[in-house]
Amino acid sequence: MADTTEQASAEEPIGLRVIPGRADSGEIAADIAGGEAAPDGPRPADRRPLVTVRPDTPTAPAPMSPTPATTRIPAPDRTPIAAARSTRRGDAVFRGMSLSAGTTVLVIMAAIAVFLVYRAVPALSADDANFFTTKEWFPDPSTAGGASVFGIAALAFHTVVTALLGMVVAVPVAIGIALFITYYAPRRLASALAYVVDLLAAVPSIVFGLWGAFFLAPNLTGVAVFLDRWFGWTGVLQYRPDSIPANRSDFTAGLVLAIMILPIVSALAREVFRQVPNAHVEGSLALGATRWEMIRMSVLPFGRAGVVSAAILGLGRALGETLAVTLILSSAYNLNVHILEDGGVTFASNIALKYNEAGPIGTGALIASGLVLFLLTLGVNSASQYLLRRQLKG
Amino acid sequence: MATTTPVRPTSTASILRGQRLPRWAVPAVGLGALVLARVLFGLTGNHSTLGFVVAAGLLFAVALTAVSFAFEGPRQARDRLATTAVYTAFVLAMAPLASIAAYTIARGVKRLDGDFLWSSMFLISPSGPGGGAYHAIVGSLLVTAITAVIAVPLGVLTAIYLVEYGEGRRLARAISFFVDVMTGVPSIVAGLFVFTFWMLVLGFQQSGFAGALSLVILMLPVVVRSTEEMLKLVPQELREASYALGIPRWKTITRVVLPTAFGGIVTGVMLGIARAMGETAPLLLLVGTQVRINFDPFGFSHTESNPISTLPTYIFGQLTSAAGSTTAPAFDRAWAAALVLIILIMLLNLVARIAARFTKARG
Repeated sequence: MADTTEQASAEEPIGLRVIPGRADSGEIAADIAGGEAAPDGPRPADRRPLVTVRPDTPTAPAPMSPTPATTRIPAPDRTPIAAARSTRRGDAVFRGMSLSAGTTVLVIMAAIAVFLVYRAVPALSADDANFFTTKEWFPDPSTAGGASVFGIAALAFHTVVTALLGMVVAVPVAIGIALFITYYAPRRLASALAYVVDLLAAVPSIVFGLWGAFFLAPNLTGVAVFLDRWFGWTGVLQYRPDSIPANRSDFTAGLVLAIMILPIVSALAREVFRQVPNAHVEGSLALGATRWEMIRMSVLPFGRAGVVSAAILGLGRALGETLAVTLILSSAYNLNVHILEDGGVTFASNIALKYNEAGPIGTGALIASGLVLFLLTLGVNSASQYLLRRQLKG
Repeated sequence: MATTTPVRPTSTASILRGQRLPRWAVPAVGLGALVLARVLFGLTGNHSTLGFVVAAGLLFAVALTAVSFAFEGPRQARDRLATTAVYTAFVLAMAPLASIAAYTIARGVKRLDGDFLWSSMFLISPSGPGGGAYHAIVGSLLVTAITAVIAVPLGVLTAIYLVEYGEGRRLARAISFFVDVMTGVPSIVAGLFVFTFWMLVLGFQQSGFAGALSLVILMLPVVVRSTEEMLKLVPQELREASYALGIPRWKTITRVVLPTAFGGIVTGVMLGIARAMGETAPLLLLVGTQVRINFDPFGFSHTESNPISTLPTYIFGQLTSAAGSTTAPAFDRAWAAALVLIILIMLLNLVARIAARFTKARG
């Protein structure tokens, strides 16, 4: 490194001189930090990295990389003016690129809403029935001038029932998994076990559907008979004697959804539990609490909001799941509360089943139902993110 | 406060910890529960395996809690009950994973041979024997590759904006929020959006590229989120050192920050690709069905549809051909394709894992 040189940053606007005696104090760090936070705000722009390196004095900036990166200093034959210009242009271009990439996310989200609305409205106005209370789905009139009847009552009902069932089953298990990996599993095994749980997330949705329809559904009969015998009085867990219980039903679909959202909910719960201050955990153990008492009094209260948001996130995922549900449910447009009986159709499965045969109004009707699903998941996910951000912030 | 009473520990327990069950007590209670459940099931003549496991588990939990309550007191008993519950939760999660893996392998190996991997369904009757998934494997790889080519630069640049430029700004906070919300956009909605935008409004026909567009929506947030995490891990000192040497910001990012975080970014990209590869619903709407080998995902036009086969849509198509029969050749093809898809995704995950380890080793 050059000896005792005062080396202004190449980004330094021209007219600004190096002020001796200023750069060798703690202001260096402050300047750099200031430049970080708001790189092109009015103040830091004209006094950005103004660094004087004095290797012989102890006041030289401490956080330097140990390897002298002399090769990265702009070549001496370039005039400062040219260097500053090209630098500013390079920075502007790069900044513009990253900014427009970031904005793309917002544009995509807005475009989804706009285009779905744009295509849904004509179909909605062609609907001869109430879109929200009708169970049937016959958007394309069979004869010219016939009625177009479709609504989302059945879709919404089964979507919510299966997703809620999935969430109710998955959340306690997911919390258990998160606790197991964070506090119970042997330290050396913990990350491997977490990886194994995450493998569940790598199984494609259609494979879950295959497994659920051809392996799980036939094997659930015993469970359904048991539930019907002991809990049939609730009405919900009752099935018609002439049907095969829990075969292609909301119950089976809900269980498969529970398995599918398990890795997501448990990963998030793990994340939240990891935020619990160590002092709380060690403090309660030092006071003689058992492991469960420590969890109940230090971990769970701290992580409550985070766990709730993880549960909502899981619900959002379950609401939009398509292929697994499509393969399991035998489609029936009804409001059957007996979840052990066959039948049911969700927003997503309806789209997957009907897109092929849909006519002009039918396509619009499917898009309208997709819009409702989009808004539903948008609301659920926003609620979850809001809670999570509040939790992780403080 | 100092006490003068001398503490004399009893033979089995320290005065501070109270009486504890010996280590062999837990397996002993477990064995007892198994035997008791077996006897009970023998008496009632019930043969359900699941029922037996559940009954044995319940017996174990009740017995262990009771024994612990008698010897160790209520607090330890509650602790043991909670421990049992937490271990049970983990086993409950592992059971489906093991079952899915075992069942898919058992069903899939029947048709997983060279013929399946190297031939298409061209000139094969949908319900007849023979045929393969070569065209679907090719299609899946092509569509996923296009997705990655679009989503990776977009995602990495977005993450750079969030970490390097946007810190604390309202726009950055909005983008960050919507990236997370975007993670939850159902795949069928993404498909429906591209269907509306690309096919209904712009008037193009089905093609591999349309499918890739919808997968971009699903992959983008995964890439952004993981890249953002990795960029945040790059030590601030590295950036400061670079600025101190007069390196402009964009060069600092491309030459110092990105190379440092490279391994982690690769991991995130691989996970995103794995997610995109397994998606089915949007592809059903957008890429159509095809029995021949098609190397041209870009051939989209207003008049002619250019369908391409992918593994998920192939599975769905074979299931439709099988029409509910579990003995049809198409049914075996569906499972073999499912196995191929899982193996491909697992391989990608493994690569991601190795990439992650590689970075960690470099510090």
